[in-house]
Parts: sequence; C-alpha cells; structure tokens
Amino acid sequence: MDGLDARVRWISAGGWVRNSVTTFGALSWSGFRRYSTYRQATIAGAFTNTVFGFLRCYVLLAVVAGAGGSAPGGYRPDQLATFVWVGQGLLTVVALWGWTELSDRIRSGDITADLLRPVHPVIGFLAPDLGRAGHAMLFRFLPPLAVGALFFDLYVPGRPCTIPLFALSILFATVGSLAIRYLVNATAYWLHDARGPMTLWTLSSGVLAGLSFPLRFLPDWLAITLWIATPFPGLLQTPLDVLIERDPPPRQLALVALQAVWATSLLVLAVLVQRRAERRLVAHCG
Amino acid sequence: MSLIQMHNLRKDFTVRVKAGRFRREKRIVPAVNGVNLTFERGEMAGYIGPNGAGKSTTLKMLTGVLTPSSGDVRVCGLQPVPQRTKLALQIGVVFGQRSQLWWDLPLRDSFSLLRHIYRVPADAHAGRLKRCRELLDLDDFMDTPVRQLSLGQRMRGELTAALLHGPSVLFLDEPTIGLDVVSKQAVRSFLAELGQGGDLTLVLTTHDLADIERLCRRLVVIDHGSVVHDGTIEALHARYGSHRRLVVDLDVPLPEGFAVPGAELLSVEADRHRATFELVTTQVGAVVSELTALRDLSVVEPDIEDVVAKLYRA
Amino acid sequence: MNAKTKELLGAYLALLRGQVHSLTSYRASFAVELFSNLGGTTLDVLTVLVVFRATRSVAGFSLIEGLLMVSLSSLGFAMADFAVGNIDRLKNYVRTGTMDAVLVRPLAALPQLLLMDLPLRKALRLVVSGAVLVVALRSNDIVWTPSRVVLLVLAPVAGAVFFSSIFVLSASLTFWWIDSGELGSSFTYGGRDFTAYPVPVYAGWFRAVFAYAMGFGFVAYQPALALLGRADPLGLPSWAGFLSPLVAVVAAFFAAVVWRAGIRHYRSTGS
Ligand SMILES: Nc1ncnc2c1ncn2[C@@H]1O[C@H](COP(=O)(O)OP(=O)(O)OP(=O)(O)O)[C@@H](O)[C@H]1O
Ligand SMILES: [Mg+2]
Repeated sequence: MDGLDARVRWISAGGWVRNSVTTFGALSWSGFRRYSTYRQATIAGAFTNTVFGFLRCYVLLAVVAGAGGSAPGGYRPDQLATFVWVGQGLLTVVALWGWTELSDRIRSGDITADLLRPVHPVIGFLAPDLGRAGHAMLFRFLPPLAVGALFFDLYVPGRPCTIPLFALSILFATVGSLAIRYLVNATAYWLHDARGPMTLWTLSSGVLAGLSFPLRFLPDWLAITLWIATPFPGLLQTPLDVLIERDPPPRQLALVALQAVWATSLLVLAVLVQRRAERRLVAHCG
Repeated sequence: MSLIQMHNLRKDFTVRVKAGRFRREKRIVPAVNGVNLTFERGEMAGYIGPNGAGKSTTLKMLTGVLTPSSGDVRVCGLQPVPQRTKLALQIGVVFGQRSQLWWDLPLRDSFSLLRHIYRVPADAHAGRLKRCRELLDLDDFMDTPVRQLSLGQRMRGELTAALLHGPSVLFLDEPTIGLDVVSKQAVRSFLAELGQGGDLTLVLTTHDLADIERLCRRLVVIDHGSVVHDGTIEALHARYGSHRRLVVDLDVPLPEGFAVPGAELLSVEADRHRATFELVTTQVGAVVSELTALRDLSVVEPDIEDVVAKLYRA
Repeated sequence: MNAKTKELLGAYLALLRGQVHSLTSYRASFAVELFSNLGGTTLDVLTVLVVFRATRSVAGFSLIEGLLMVSLSSLGFAMADFAVGNIDRLKNYVRTGTMDAVLVRPLAALPQLLLMDLPLRKALRLVVSGAVLVVALRSNDIVWTPSRVVLLVLAPVAGAVFFSSIFVLSASLTFWWIDSGELGSSFTYGGRDFTAYPVPVYAGWFRAVFAYAMGFGFVAYQPALALLGRADPLGLPSWAGFLSPLVAVVAAFFAAVVWRAGIRHYRSTGS
C-alpha cells in the first residue's frame, strides 16, 4: 500500500530504476498499441475535430474582423487560426473528455485486480495514458492541423526555443490532465458512480482550459487568477500560447514552469487520494 | 398452418478481415445458409449445433431482431421484422448471454414493469407470476436488484420475465448456460411442466444435451448454417448406428467362441468373467438366454454426446 | 383516445417510472448532474458574451442581436436534448448487442431507448435558455406584428424538431458504422455551435453545406433576422425565416426514414 516509501527503499537495491523504466515503457507502449486498434474511431474523431476546427476558426476570425484594427486578446488573425486548429488537435492528446476507465473499474470492482499488481495504480494509468497521447499526437493532432493549414493562414513560430518548449508543455498538459481525470474518476470510490463529477468536469474544462475561446479574451484579473489558482489553463491554453508565441520568451518559460508545478502537485494529490481510497476499500472489504 | 415457418432462410454477415498489415478484405459469412424448417403448435424442439453454427442468428431472425438476407419467415402467422411489436406480444424470448431485466431494479419491480409493457391484465399476471415463483423458487430474491443476483438466480428471473405475458412460443437461447446442477434441474423441470399443457411451443438451443434429452422429442441439428439432422433422438441414434450395450458378469469364464447372432462381442475382461456386447439387431434376452452362470448385468444406453460429436465431426 | 392508445401510453409511462426508481440509487450524482447542466447552459451563453466582449460586432451583428440568435438556438437545442438527447447511447447498445432486448419488446424501439434514462437533469437547461430568450427579446427593439409573434412561437419548436432529427440521424450512423464514435457530435453539438452565431460568420463551401444543404441556417439565424426586421446580408428574402418549420419537417421525415432503415440494418453481435 505504501507505494512511495517502498520505492525509496527499492532504489538502493540497484537495478530498480532500470526495471521501472522498462515497465513504464512497456505500459506506455501498450497504451499506444491499444489505441492503434481503434482505427475507425480515430478517423471519426479526427473528422469531428476538423468540423469543430472550422466552426471555431470562422468565429474567431469574425471576431478579429469585427474588432476593427485592434487585436482581440492580443492575437493576430493567423495566431488565432493556429490557436483553434492546434487546439482541436491537442484536445485529444490531453484527452480532456471521455475517460471513465478508472471509475468503470471501481464500479465493477475490477479495481481490486489493479491493486494486486506491483505497480502503483496512478503509475499504472499514467504510463498507458502517455502512450495514448503519443498515438493521438500522430493520428489526432496532425490531421486537423493539416486541414487547417490547407484552408487558413496559420502562424509559423519563429523562435528556436518555441518547439521544445511546446513539446514540454504538451507533456505537462497530458500529465496534469491525467491527474485531474484520475481525481474525478476516483470520486467513484465514495460516490459509487462518477457521473456527476464527470459532467461537471466536462463542462467546466472546455471553457476554463481555453477551448471555447482564448482565455485572454477575459478581463486580465480573471485570466491571471484562473492561470495561477486553477490547473485548467495549463491543459490547453498554455501549450497553445507557447506555440503561437503570444508572450515574450521569459513569460513563455514561466508559463511552462507554472504548468509543471500544477502537474506535479495534482499527481501527488492523486497518489494521496488513491491511498485514502485504498484504506477505505480495505476497511469495507474486511 | 404451422406456427413457425422458415423457407430458404439466409443471413449473411459481411465482415472485414485483416489481410496483410494494412489491407482489409470484405468477407461474407453465411451464418444461416438456406434453412427450411417448420414447427407445429405445442412442439418442443431442440435446436443444436457446434459453436458458430448459426443457432442464435436463426433465433434472432425468428424474433424480429435481425432482418433476414433472403428467404421467408413466419412466426404465429406474422412477419417478424415488419410486425415486430405485434409479434413480441405472442412470444417469449430468453437470450442466456444477455439480460432483459432492468439492471438496477429489483426483480419484483422488473416484473411489474413488464406487466405494463406487455399490457397484461393484473389477475392474469399475478397468476402466472405466482406459478413461476413456486416452480422456480424466486421468493428469496424477489427484492434484490438484478445486478446483485447470481447467474442462476438471474436466469430464473429471465425465464419468468419471458413468460409473464403468456406467450404461445418460447425461444430460449442457452437458458442453462453457467447454471449449477440444481438450478439446471429446476429450469428443466419447470420447462417440462410448461410443456405438459401442449399449448406452448418451445425452441431451445443449448450445448447441454441433457436439456434436450429431458425436454425435446424433436431435435434439429444445424452446422455451418445448414440443417444436418431433423428428427427424433432415436432417429439420430439409428442413423449413426449407435446401439445399446450389454455388460454381463459371470461366475464362470465366458466360453471361447461364444457368439449370439445380432450381438457383437466388444470386449472380454477380468479373466473372461466380464463381457460387453453391442446389441446391433437383437435384444438383451437373446444374449442372456445363451449365457450360463450369469451373476449380474447392466444395459448402457447409447450416449447422445458421442452421437452428436460424431455428427459435428462429419 | 381509444383504449388501445391508453394502454400503450400506460406502457411508456411504466417504463419511465422504472427509470425514476433506478435513479434513486444514484441520488448524490444526480444532484451534481442537475447542477452542472444548469452551469453548462450558462457557460454556453457566457461564451457568446465573452466573444462579443472582445470585439465590437461579429459579422456586422451587435451583442444583443447575437444574443437573440444564441437564445433561439439554445432553446431549440435544449428541448431536443431533453426529449431525444439520450439517443446518443444507441452506439453502446448496438456495440454490445443490448439492442436485442429492446427489439424483443412490444413497443417501438425509439421511445424505449429514449425512456431508458430519465433526462430530468436536463430540464434546468430549458429554464436558462428560456430566460436568455426573454432578455434578448426585451433588449432588441422588435416591432411586434402578428406574424412575428407566430414566428416567435414556431421558431424554437421548429428548432427543437430539427435538432431532434439531427440527434436521431447522427445516432443512426452507428447502425452502419459501429465505431463512428464521436462523429455524430459534429452535427449535434457542432450544429448547436454553428447556429449560435450569425451565418455570415462562416464562409465558402463550409457555410453552404451547414447553413443551406443541412439547413442549420434556418434554426436561429433566419428567424432572428425576420424578428429583427433586418435584411439578410447574404441575400435571402425576409420570409426565409418562416421556412424554419418546413425545414424541420423535412429533417424529421428524413430522420424517420433513416432510423427505420437503420433498425433493419442492425446486425446484433454473435452470441
Ligand atoms: N453480428 C455479427 N456480425 C458478424 N458476424 C456474426 C454476427 N453474429 C454472428 N456472426 C457470425 O455468424 C455465425 C453464426 O453465429 P451464431 O451466433 O448464430 O452462432 P451460434 O450457433 O449461436 O454459436 P454458439 O453456440 O457459439 O452460440 C458465426 O460464424 C459468427 O461469427
Ligand atoms: Mg449462440
């Protein structure tokens, strides 16, 4: 049960690091493989992202056109178009919606089988999720982006540090999103069914992460509060702002650092919650 | 007119199979391949076949779930797909692998819901429910939500649910799957009891041939979508030349060269004190009367599983 | 009403009652869902407000004119979602073969599926959308004529019928393409988002397909123009707003045909 403490001991036993890296790699690969079998759903999903890309892109371009020379939220038209199309691609990479695996396993009781494995459940879900994200990068991120590039002028980043920072930012967004999804799903330990929290999360995440509109359209005080006090902007808005170079390099870097802090804290929280849940489970089952 | 009629009934499934790393090929699976069958009112028929033979597919076409690819079906004089809701009032269906009850509701509530759905008069419903409760021992778990029932308990619930509207035809697809010995016996004797009246027509698929032996006079065997046998169980035995066997224990060794016309000596054991005969054309008496110093005897009925296995392999 | 219809109605009511019963076993979750549905609609409207905040006008339309369109669209959508939104579960039923159980009951398949879950939690959305419509109507200077009053009643109903048809059509896709996944939401939720803004926002073939070929332009945009008495910058005559019931009926007819064909195309699963 005491996964963290035990791990500290194992490190000194040598070879553990190598072993766990191999395990983590294998688990991630399994996530990648699994999603590559859902080929038709991938096509359908990419199509859907593309339709929404058109919808949002036209709306935001109309916003710029209507602003009469001033830049809404500080974005130029090509930056906004990129924001939309990359956002549609990233949506599936960070998997904002639709992940109910943990709560399903809790509801059906299959979770007890996961607890018997020598891998901490949080890691056991994180590793395949990164594999899934890798798959999504290839098959859900690129197609809408290609369509977007075909029909709209997109912004090409100019700074050398932008692409590596963007990659890092995607990683933190994915980890942070998994941690939140884990927490939302874990409410099923107590509520028997995570439908309610899940709906709440689905609704709020779209708006608060910057999917419905760029958060910079909000008054500054509100945007800044959201950024610092909630993990949501780190899920989508931050990687997008980094890519389209909305801010000067120091601020780009700071945003990614903020994301990292949020992702780590959420992951730790997920581990703690899992521990509480396991205690409860043990108390209930005997 | 027969209650159930199938004329050249076919169902083809198109499936895509992997051919190579990226290519996929369309392939047609003829799940039911030109079946001609009729069942009369009051008939209890077993519908068996190896895995993937097309049994469930046939039953789904008879109940209006699947549209046939070609051919004609009539059940109770109705066309199952176009007249689906009308037909549903006259048939009862249990798909053993699949629940038709409300997952979160207690059995009792599921049953009363069904009464409304099938528009059954209250007294008729109560009468049938009482009978099922007695025969299937439902009382212990009438108030348990379906999701908490064991498989056997649920199956008894499913059977009851299929019967509450007093259907004249019952389609059962593997109703005894996963049941323990006692539950199986309960289900079988329940169905046997239902069949007594002679009004209920039953089509039953199963992999447990004991169900068939206990319940069905008629046996239809299907393989790769085609009927390969249709008749009584005896006819099946006759066709595959399986005969009863006679095992005798003797006080003195069986004489060398012992022979009775029409009975084949299969084996001699225990220092010639025990012998096994297959009764090809003759009866027990003919063999016994030739034997001296008979101590004990037993007659072994031919095993239906062996016969059916022979048929499936053929 | 004859006895037979009454019986049938009773049957559907009984199905609904069953759902209320099973709902009570998940009470806490239900409360959260109810609340979040309220929040969801509010957020949809807020999104439009925020977008208009960033600019002076969108495609030549002011905030209050935009509000009229979004409220017409969201009221129609909320009604449709309330009535038939549950149909999006069809793909699970088809995939797992539980549709078999639906098909052996003596009731029509579509109402049974709709009643498999009680969408009470979605009811609050109706209230929010209705309230926004009232605000939008009061803040615009609308010259009320009898025909506009009729249109005001017809437009949300037509929108509801239209979106319901889209829900059913999208769900029916699953009969032919089991793994169609989220594809349906391009047209249901995508349609809602499309109708939330004035049609001139969009351009080219995309506009032609969504607004006119599929008919989404007639859900909120054209009726709103007719209510406001504004000429269509895209050149459709002013009576185009009154076409919305006709478009809805055509969509409903189309949905019914596709649904029937879909049921016949259902192939269950091996068992
Ligand atoms: N929905 C479906 N899609 C594609 N193929 C199917 C489908 N349902 C059945 N099949 C195929 O049709 C054939 C017959 O299946 P069916 O389920 O009728 O077999 P069965 O006789 O009931 O077998 P079992 O004893 O295993 O239950 C099989 O080859 C199966 O693979
Ligand atoms: Mg079967």
